[in-house]
Amino acid sequence: MTTQTLTRRPINWRRASAWALVILALVVTILPFLWMLRTALSTNGSLASNSANLLPADFSWGAFKRVFGMQSTEEAIAEGGSGAAIDFWLYLRNSIIFSTVTTAAQVFFSALAAYAFARLRWPGRDKVFSLFLATMMIPGIFTALPNFLLIKNLGLLNTFAGLVLPFLFMSAFAIFFLRQFFLSMSREVEEAAMLDGAKHLRIFFQIVLPNAAAPLATLALLTFVGQWNEYFWPLLVGSEENVRVLTVGLGVFKSQSPQGAPDWSGLMAATIVAALPVLILFIAFGKKVVNSIGYSGIK
Amino acid sequence: MTTLAKHTRSAPVQPGAPKPRGGFRKLGDLKIALLFILPAMIGLVAFCLVPTIRGVYLSFTEYSILGEPEWIGIANYTAIFKDELFWNAMAVTLQYVAINIGLQTAIALGLALLMHRVAKSTFVRGALLLPFFVANVIVALLWFWMLDYQLGIVNEIISWLGLPRVAFFGSEQWAIPTIAFVNVWKHMGYTALLIFAGLQAIPHHVYEVASLDGASPTRTFWSITMPLLRPVLTLVLVVTVIGSFQVFDTVAVTTGGGPVNATRVIQMYIYQKAFGESDFGYASALSVILFVILALVAFIQMKFLKGNESDLD
Repeated sequence: MTTQTLTRRPINWRRASAWALVILALVVTILPFLWMLRTALSTNGSLASNSANLLPADFSWGAFKRVFGMQSTEEAIAEGGSGAAIDFWLYLRNSIIFSTVTTAAQVFFSALAAYAFARLRWPGRDKVFSLFLATMMIPGIFTALPNFLLIKNLGLLNTFAGLVLPFLFMSAFAIFFLRQFFLSMSREVEEAAMLDGAKHLRIFFQIVLPNAAAPLATLALLTFVGQWNEYFWPLLVGSEENVRVLTVGLGVFKSQSPQGAPDWSGLMAATIVAALPVLILFIAFGKKVVNSIGYSGIK
Repeated sequence: MTTLAKHTRSAPVQPGAPKPRGGFRKLGDLKIALLFILPAMIGLVAFCLVPTIRGVYLSFTEYSILGEPEWIGIANYTAIFKDELFWNAMAVTLQYVAINIGLQTAIALGLALLMHRVAKSTFVRGALLLPFFVANVIVALLWFWMLDYQLGIVNEIISWLGLPRVAFFGSEQWAIPTIAFVNVWKHMGYTALLIFAGLQAIPHHVYEVASLDGASPTRTFWSITMPLLRPVLTLVLVVTVIGSFQVFDTVAVTTGGGPVNATRVIQMYIYQKAFGESDFGYASALSVILFVILALVAFIQMKFLKGNESDLD
């Protein structure tokens, strides 16, 4: 039978094995996320004896309660937690503030600059643009040390201002990305508006921005996800509880795990809380993002 | 260009500033442009250019955050040259980059070909992209759990197969390959998507000609796909290699540089020097060296792989 199929439609076997590889890649990609969820819904005590079942071992919301500080210290310790007060509501709030503020400001200011590079004519324009592009080559750590000193000298360590400042004004990638789009936009409407005596500011707000809604949304989404996942800078300047973001909080949570028996369910519940906003955004807008990679080139 | 010329002519002359037309045209939209780029310029100067200069300056000083930086010439650099931990960090980082980039590029290329030939659906691409959008810290913790020596599912499977358990993060020879693997898992879908975009840009008729000439799939791959994909692959390699050299998050939340010095990658070493030992001068010198290495790597890759030329013409 094998030979029959093979001789009749030889391409089928190649396709079948190709699909087998695709499915393998999907399983390898998706399964760890299910494992994360399964662990978070199990109790620590039963993880050891039921290590192979995909379903939660001894189903419980305890890990999530622990993450949000809704368990008493005794309860938490009884379920294998450290008992240390840790409040992911606060970190969630801080992450939202940090990511939203930096994304909104960075995308807006980058759009302004991109317009000046794409539509206005002024001496030195292309040289300044190259300068912006060149900064993409500078490794993050290189500017992070002096920036840390600057924020420290300004007395802004462990404040939201210190956290957001370096990201607030621009990103070379965003400027590059939006400039490309503005260059590809038709100028007809803008020309007509100019003949009517409209100034650049009005043209920018009333014509260019609305017409660029789609790439702006894609850019904002990518920027938001990047900021949400940022770890290094918040680790340097925002280690205190009142401005601690989720990624930093996760690191602290992990290192507080009692020696010998880490609070795995609590840790996995915490990672789900931290990943959820991004996962929701991804499910809602994933298709758009997937199709924009390639057009927008490399981030 | 015509638009702008037209605009300059039709722009109403401000009553307060009667400027000669020639000069106005020469400066173009300078005034309004300055307004538009002002915020970005502030960001560029304050958080990029000045820090760059300051970083280079600090690398020639002894500076322990308290007090003032003290000029010591190239003493930091000569010390680094003799610093065994620095050479260890470089070796560890290079080992990480080699495993990470080698594996990641090979898998991504395979996935991209699969996406291109069989699985064109957006769902498949979207699902494979998922890990890329999850934070490094989360990915690291997830695998830290799954690769745990005692309870991790991977070690459970290994022991069912009758093999000895592996201390993935805990043993000196496994720690770096493990961290490299974790980041391959995170980035393979994204890298595949970039290569996939490159594959789609190859015109269909090239393949048709090849199949008319009776070229085998293997032959087609090596003589047509790979050469035409080279510019995209080069760009992908430059970007991923530069990112790979700066690995930090995964190390910081899992091993913290250990066991012993096995995973103290260069960025971890800089971090520890600056924030653990308050030696900002030394840390700055280390980051200058990292910067130079990255610039060299990018330059060599662009030259060697001729990334800016395409064979499509």
